[in-house]
Amino acid sequence: MFIVWLVLLLVYRVFCNFERTKQLIMKLKFLTLFAFVITLTCFGQNVDVTGVITEASSGQPLPGVNVIIKNTSTGTATDFDGNFTLNDVPINTVIVVSYLGFLSKEVTIKNSERLTIVLEEDTESLNEVVIIGYGTQTKKEITGAVAVVSSEIIETLKPTRIEQALQGQVAGVNIVSNSGSPGAPSTISIRGISTNGDNQPLILVDGTVVEDLSVINPNDIETINILKDATAGIYGVRAANGVILITTKSGRKNMPLSVEYNVYGGVQETTRKLPMLNSTEYALLLNEAFAANGDSLPYPNVSGLGQGTDWQDQVFESAPIFSNAITLKGGGEKSTYVFGSSILDQDGIVGGSKAKFTRLTKRLGYSLDFLENFKLNTGITWTHTVRRTLPETGIGSVLFNALNMAPTIGPGGAADNLGFEVVNPIKQINNTYNRGLVDKINGNINLSYNFLDYFTAQASYQFNFSTVKNNTFQPIVDYGLQGTVDKVFDIQRNRVVDEDNYFRDYTFDAFITYKRTFNENHNIDVLLATSVFKTAGSFNAFEGFDIEDNYIGNANIEGATEVRNLNDDRSTKFDSRLLSYFTRLQYNYKGKYLLSAVIRRDASSNFGPDNRFGYFPSVSAGWIASDESFLADNSFLDFLKFRGSYGIVGNDRIGSNRFVSVLDGQGIYPFNGSDVIGIAAGALANPGIKWETQKTFDIGLDMRFFDNKFDVTMDYYNRRTEDLLIAPPVSGILGASAPGSLSPFVNAGIIENKGFEFTIGYTEQFNDNFRFSVKYNVATLDNNVVQVNDGVERIPCPNCGFGIGQDPPAYMEAGQPIGYFRGFRTSGIFQNQAQIDSSPILNDNTQPGDLIFVDINNDGVIDDNDRTNIGDPIPNATMGLNLTLDYKNFDFGAYAFASVGNDIVRNYERTLSRTNRTTQFLNRWTGEGTSNSFPRVTTGANNNILFSDFYVEDGSFIRLQNVQLGYSIAQETAEKWGIKKLRIYVSASNLVTLTEYSGYDPTASTGEPIGGGIDYGFYPNPRTYLVGMNLNF
Amino acid sequence: MKNLKITYIFIALFVMASCSDDFVDVEPFNENSEDFFNSEEDYQRALVSAYDMLQSTYLSVMLGEIASDNTLANGENANDVPGIQEIDDMIHTPINQQLGDIWRWMYAGVNRANYIMEFKDKTDFPGKESVLAQTRFLRAYYYFELVKWFGDVPLAVDTRLQFGDQFSIPRTPKADIYAQIEQDLIYAADILTYTQTESGRVTKGAAQALLGKVYLYQDKFLEAGVVLEDLIGNGPYQLLTDYSTMFELDNENNIESVFEVQYTDERGAGFGCLQCSNGNVAVGFNGIRSYNGPIFESGFSFNVPTQDVVDEFEVGDNRLETAILDIVAWAEETGATYVLSENEPTGYFNRKYISRKSELDSNTGDANLTNPNNYRAIRFADVLLMAAEALNRGGVSDSRAQTYLNRVRERAFGNADNNVSATGGSLTDAIYHERRVELVGEGHRFFDLVRTGTAASKIDGFEIGKHELFPIPLIEIQLAGNQWEQNPEY
Repeated sequence: MFIVWLVLLLVYRVFCNFERTKQLIMKLKFLTLFAFVITLTCFGQNVDVTGVITEASSGQPLPGVNVIIKNTSTGTATDFDGNFTLNDVPINTVIVVSYLGFLSKEVTIKNSERLTIVLEEDTESLNEVVIIGYGTQTKKEITGAVAVVSSEIIETLKPTRIEQALQGQVAGVNIVSNSGSPGAPSTISIRGISTNGDNQPLILVDGTVVEDLSVINPNDIETINILKDATAGIYGVRAANGVILITTKSGRKNMPLSVEYNVYGGVQETTRKLPMLNSTEYALLLNEAFAANGDSLPYPNVSGLGQGTDWQDQVFESAPIFSNAITLKGGGEKSTYVFGSSILDQDGIVGGSKAKFTRLTKRLGYSLDFLENFKLNTGITWTHTVRRTLPETGIGSVLFNALNMAPTIGPGGAADNLGFEVVNPIKQINNTYNRGLVDKINGNINLSYNFLDYFTAQASYQFNFSTVKNNTFQPIVDYGLQGTVDKVFDIQRNRVVDEDNYFRDYTFDAFITYKRTFNENHNIDVLLATSVFKTAGSFNAFEGFDIEDNYIGNANIEGATEVRNLNDDRSTKFDSRLLSYFTRLQYNYKGKYLLSAVIRRDASSNFGPDNRFGYFPSVSAGWIASDESFLADNSFLDFLKFRGSYGIVGNDRIGSNRFVSVLDGQGIYPFNGSDVIGIAAGALANPGIKWETQKTFDIGLDMRFFDNKFDVTMDYYNRRTEDLLIAPPVSGILGASAPGSLSPFVNAGIIENKGFEFTIGYTEQFNDNFRFSVKYNVATLDNNVVQVNDGVERIPCPNCGFGIGQDPPAYMEAGQPIGYFRGFRTSGIFQNQAQIDSSPILNDNTQPGDLIFVDINNDGVIDDNDRTNIGDPIPNATMGLNLTLDYKNFDFGAYAFASVGNDIVRNYERTLSRTNRTTQFLNRWTGEGTSNSFPRVTTGANNNILFSDFYVEDGSFIRLQNVQLGYSIAQETAEKWGIKKLRIYVSASNLVTLTEYSGYDPTASTGEPIGGGIDYGFYPNPRTYLVGMNLNF
Repeated sequence: MKNLKITYIFIALFVMASCSDDFVDVEPFNENSEDFFNSEEDYQRALVSAYDMLQSTYLSVMLGEIASDNTLANGENANDVPGIQEIDDMIHTPINQQLGDIWRWMYAGVNRANYIMEFKDKTDFPGKESVLAQTRFLRAYYYFELVKWFGDVPLAVDTRLQFGDQFSIPRTPKADIYAQIEQDLIYAADILTYTQTESGRVTKGAAQALLGKVYLYQDKFLEAGVVLEDLIGNGPYQLLTDYSTMFELDNENNIESVFEVQYTDERGAGFGCLQCSNGNVAVGFNGIRSYNGPIFESGFSFNVPTQDVVDEFEVGDNRLETAILDIVAWAEETGATYVLSENEPTGYFNRKYISRKSELDSNTGDANLTNPNNYRAIRFADVLLMAAEALNRGGVSDSRAQTYLNRVRERAFGNADNNVSATGGSLTDAIYHERRVELVGEGHRFFDLVRTGTAASKIDGFEIGKHELFPIPLIEIQLAGNQWEQNPEY
């Protein structure tokens, strides 16, 4: 708290002395003028130069542009209307006109004629300033592997979530959306899987830590920078999974009020429906399966059954999406401001408004230069989201029921269940009420102060405060046939659950930089910094019963009976802290030889006293070869930089108090017939738990050639993660399966990620009317587990499964990719009994028509030792292709993404006797020679349901992620209408996916490092058609 | 100079922000388990949690029947819960979800009991001995389950197994485990009284009965006879006059119940954490599929009695109707509807433990997994039959054995006409028969067959030298660093 107070005090003090500071400024101005006059007196034949500077694309005047006499510090800046005046400039003087984000121009003064200088915007500029964490560098100077995603790309892709804009845009960044339902979270992995517990990179929005990107309005974003290599080490213990730095839009100084209004609306639909058996096929299949086990036929007469119901048609719908965003920005002489407001409304393609996501955001940013050397920058954002959800993923989910429900049952018929483990999905949707409500405020305030010429001191404070309220209502419902009471899906007594969770965190950073050039050629930039971070929160949940009228409108805990605290009397608070000191030295010689070194000391409350402190060093270097004299005259090469980095970063994302055994478990037992609440240990402690350390090596090059038309970036990296943090299943004798207990976090072993990344861009401006650019990137990934600690041969996935009651399908094991699938390999189908008699088999259930399991170790028996690697969910390579075409007033963009070599487990089929199946079953084995790939059907005991490569499919795909066509009205027309820009467009996203995978969506995954790539009945990502408009004035 | 002042402020800020390392010393919000046990209440609350794991023994009870010749697995189809199907067919392997559950859950119970024992000397209060006695009974109960299923198992006494211990702790011979169980039960029987103020608590009777059972499992007939006869003579227990009311919800903790595992339907659970349920999961599993009719509610149709066990009942034995529900006859009588699954339906259900309609049903969570039916773990009838067996097989007194056996039979037939007068081996057979029909559906059968050496002749697929024990779950061997030998023949 004292920190807030101090910052406020500081602000207050500055305001108090405003008069004095003004005087100071006057003094300074006078001195400058004086120096200027002195300089001028040295030359003769001087003229007064005036001019206006405009933006090439819009023709609008540019305020605040620097106009400097070359090789001096003398100059001025353009005023509000883009005008500038330089007095007494000698003839033949060269003036340099420069402005951030635009190509600089040099103009030689010939006479006193008024100049009109047009600046071209340069989004790919080498002088573009890139935020690298506690500082900035130009793109040219960067020595690390840093990728930038600009606001243009975000504008083109119209993501409802920011992650969607990263997929395929940046080599080595892979996004797995955990579900296609509106508002569902995604998992971002940078350069493969490095951490098990929490693979999420550190995400900072204007310096504020953000865990959930769904609360950010993509329209607010200016740039996204991704630190992929050891240069992320400036973030020390939190950098192991990479760092994503997001900068939001701000106003510019001397900028008139500018308004951007963006609106779009459209419809979404499913990309795919699975081909399911129709009624007749279903009945015949069931008959065959029942007969195979000697049971009587369920459908003795199949005539007249016809097609029946495809339940997918019942649950999938066209769902609307709508977004509205406005940004106002501008600036005065000493200040800038920005205000943004947005609303997004998205229905689900399953469940419509029952799966709706709504987001409202408001943002205010403000900067003020109290003095030329004393600046304030501050912002605050409020976000409100409402997300409604249906049961998703796995047994009991709506889609599972839609696939499993018999086609012979009509949607409106009297019978609306199948047995009692599958129910009518429409009725299920209608009786589901889950709502999650998030209110979040985050803010930041930054003060920077320049002193003693070379020093800058900065202090910044960032905070998040959020409340998350979840409300679930289970109304009384009977899914049964003729009023049958069953307890699986039926609810006989309505119930409401209210959760109120609170989260708050703050980060305080204080740092001093020293930046100086010695002897013209030696550029030094030193940073000394400290940072404290604290995150805390609490979870509260109550349940109650007997809501009046069984009506959702009454469903709150106040109106319920028998209200009970679901956490019993355990405390559900957490408090996790980090204290860090770090320093960075950057040096370059002539801007050509670049060196940067960082060391950071972190102390994290997540580890025990002996393992709490860690030092994280990293170093990077670069060489701009194209600046060397022997390459300077080259007509082919415009720019060539080699760079390399090595460093150690860490990871502490394991939550608090995992090194001690805390009594937050659950123990309840009834005496005298009513429950008594006891006390029990929670998660198992591992007192020796320590950092995960990651040793990262990266070499790369950046190159431009043919007049900057081609732009190439290449990287090779090797990341070795040691003491990998994971909470895997541990030996049962430790008691982790007790209610409320959990596995301990352990330092599980060593994994290695190696890869090669290549990006090439090509831009050609054929003429004023036609511009073309294409950008392609490819990233390979080779993941290998080097070692598993503690003598455990393989670590199973903590939260995954296959079928019912089978051993885990995914493991971490030395010599294998992390999360590889372990099961039986098959070699066709047993065609006859003789073949079975001469082969090793698992057990006597084996009959002709069953899968042949391969005896991997050739010991004559099929057992666990024959389970082997039958695939892994990690793609061998991912690729992205961006294409843009501008012709006259039309613009066209297309963007495709591909993933190669990722396997996926089909786990959305139930093995109940009467559930419906996909048409794949039409190709089943029905007698000798009928099939050698798809086993027989039977209701009897069989081994075909065991996890084998029969269930593993190649999930490679190529997806046309976005196609867009826009039209902007002509500049003259816009001016006539008094606006800057008007563009209308149509776009389609997730348009086509080419894949061999037979499920809904080859991207189906929970994103878990061990246990990802298993399709539990994934809610598919929708295909979306939009119409929209961008209006600027 | 103002500038300098601002500089100073920044420097001050920087210095002040440089918190000391104390900043990262954060006390947990819940109590640290090392700092607990400072009052009687602390001990009592930890004890509640040690009891809690009793509820997860439902699985052992279910599988103790399914593994035997009493019931079949059934379920929806032949692949419904493969682990259960395989045990039924005696083709189970070291990969078996349910065996893993029994292993893990019973050790969770052992650890919770050992947590109290680890700090048994920390704080004194009146009545502490009773807390420790209950704790030691529970530890014995959990170890008994482990030793029954797996034979030699890792033994921890008065200390929790902490992370890392699993790589060095060996499997302790079965005999040593039994010795520890006996010590715990003797202590509990010494300290505790026959009655507790709260139902559900461990009593002297429970400790004696379990001790007798443990002796019997080791063929220590003399010791078993002594402790069981002491219990019969001095304990407050009697046979319930009307067997048919024994398993109903309104007759829980009755006079015949020596030890009863308590369940409620107040707190539910899902398939993700069956051991978290405060209800009796087995009851939902055993229930009639898609049932619609009086008295009962539907379930997953596992654990269905065989014709063989139905035929074991003699004519006139009134226990049959209570133990076995003939669903066809019942439907004809009441108009109830149901679905017989396609796997191996026998037309019978385990009536003692299938779900019942109840006005008390608060229907929490997954209601089918949260049935409130208590499990009568040790009934006085079991005690009488154990005593009879100990006296007969130990060669102590066939006449006293007959007396105890006939007490059970007289209730079953409502008269003394069917009393047994056989002696020696015939009496032994009569006792075995009586155990089967008296206790059918209660989870004892498989272990009775194994300990009496008769399993191979009764259970299809049972291999002598192999199936007396179940395999240590393969994953558990692996997670303990591959240092344990697997049980023979697996």
